[in-house]
Amino acid sequence: MNINIVSLVQISIAAILINNFVLARFLGLCPFFGVSKKLSSAIGMGMAVIFVMTVASMFSWIIYNYILVPRDVTYLYTIVFILVIASLVQLVEMILQKFSPALYEALGIFLPLITTNCAILGVAVLNTVTENYNFIESIVNGITSGIGFTLALVLMAGIREKLELAKIPKPLEGLPIAFITAGLMAIAFLGFSGLNFFQNIGG
Amino acid sequence: MIKEELKRGIITENPILILALGLCPALAVSTSLQNGLGMGIAVTFVLTCSNVIISMIKKVIPAKVRIPCYIVVIATFVTIVQLVMKAYFPVLDKQLGIFVPLIVVNCIILGRAEAYASRNNVVRAFIDGIVMGLGFTITLCILSIIREILGSNKLWGLNFFPGFQPMTLFILAPGGFLTIAFVMGIVNYFRQKKEVKG
Repeated sequence: MNINIVSLVQISIAAILINNFVLARFLGLCPFFGVSKKLSSAIGMGMAVIFVMTVASMFSWIIYNYILVPRDVTYLYTIVFILVIASLVQLVEMILQKFSPALYEALGIFLPLITTNCAILGVAVLNTVTENYNFIESIVNGITSGIGFTLALVLMAGIREKLELAKIPKPLEGLPIAFITAGLMAIAFLGFSGLNFFQNIGG
Repeated sequence: MIKEELKRGIITENPILILALGLCPALAVSTSLQNGLGMGIAVTFVLTCSNVIISMIKKVIPAKVRIPCYIVVIATFVTIVQLVMKAYFPVLDKQLGIFVPLIVVNCIILGRAEAYASRNNVVRAFIDGIVMGLGFTITLCILSIIREILGSNKLWGLNFFPGFQPMTLFILAPGGFLTIAFVMGIVNYFRQKKEVKG
C-alpha cells in the first residue's frame, strides 16, 4: 500500500473546509440543528462523531473490500453498512461504559443519536463506493470529516448562544434563524472552494 | 377520514416544515424539480412499504431489538429503490448520488415506524405512509421549484423567465439553507396569525 502524504493532506483539507460535511454536503443536519444550542453539548457531540466516524470508516472499508467485493454482492452495501454502524455504536457504548465511565458520562447520551446520523453512513459510502479510497485514505477521511463536522457544530453553537440575546422577528424564531445562520456560514465556507495548495506539486 | 389524514400529513404535521425531520435530503436534492420529485417518490415508496411491513410484524419483534429490526426492513426497501433507480433512471441516480442509500437514515422513516406503524394496524400504517410521504414530496417540490427558478432560471429543465439573471447561490449549499429558512418563516407567520385569531 503506497501512502501518498500529499493526497492525504488534500483529503483532509477537502473534508474539513472545502467539502465540509454539514455546510457543503448537507450531511448530519439533524444533530447539527438539534445539539447546537449549547457549546458544551456541541463539543461532546462533536467528539463522539469524530470517534465513531473513524471506527466506522475502518470497519466499513474492511467489510466492503474483503467480504462484499470478493463475493460480488456489493449491492448489499446499504444494509451491511447500517448494521455495522448500529452494532458498532452499541459496542462503543458498552466498552466506554466499562472502561471509561468519565468519557461515557460525557458522550453517553449522544451515542444512540449517532446511529441515525447520516454523516456516519455517508462517510462509509463515500470512502468505499463513491471515492474508492484505500485503507489509510479512508481512515484519514473519516477523522477529518468528523473534525469538519465538529468545527461547524461548535461555530454554530457559539453563534446560537449569542443569538439567544438578540431580538428576532417572531416568525423566524427557533429553527428558521438557525437556518439563516447556517446559510451565512455556508457562504463563508464557499470561499474555501477555490483552495488548492498543491496545484504545482501535481497532487 | 382520508381528508383529515391528508391535512395532517401535508399541513398540521408536515414532516419537513413542522416536525423538522429529514432535513438532509430535503436540502441536498432540492436543486431542481426533477431531483426533488424523484427523491420524494423514492422516500414515499420506502416509507409506505416499511410502515406496512413493520405494522404486520410488530407483535413478533422483541421490544429490545426493535430499532435494528426496523432498520433492516427499511434498508431492504432502500436497496430495492437503489437497484430500480440504477436500472431505469440512471441520470436521476447519478444526480441524487449518495442520498439514495442515505434514505435508510432519513429520520422521517424511522420516526414513523417507531411512533406510528408499531402501534397501529396495517391499513392505518399504509395510509400514514402515503400521507406523510406526500407531505414530504410536496414540501420538497416547493423548495425545489423556488431554488431552481432563482438559482438557474429553469423549471423542469426548461427556461423560465427570458432575460432573468439567475443567482447561482441558490442551487449551491447556502441557497438551500436560506430557502428553507424563509419558507419555514412564512409558515410560522401564518400559524402564529391563526393562533392569535383562534
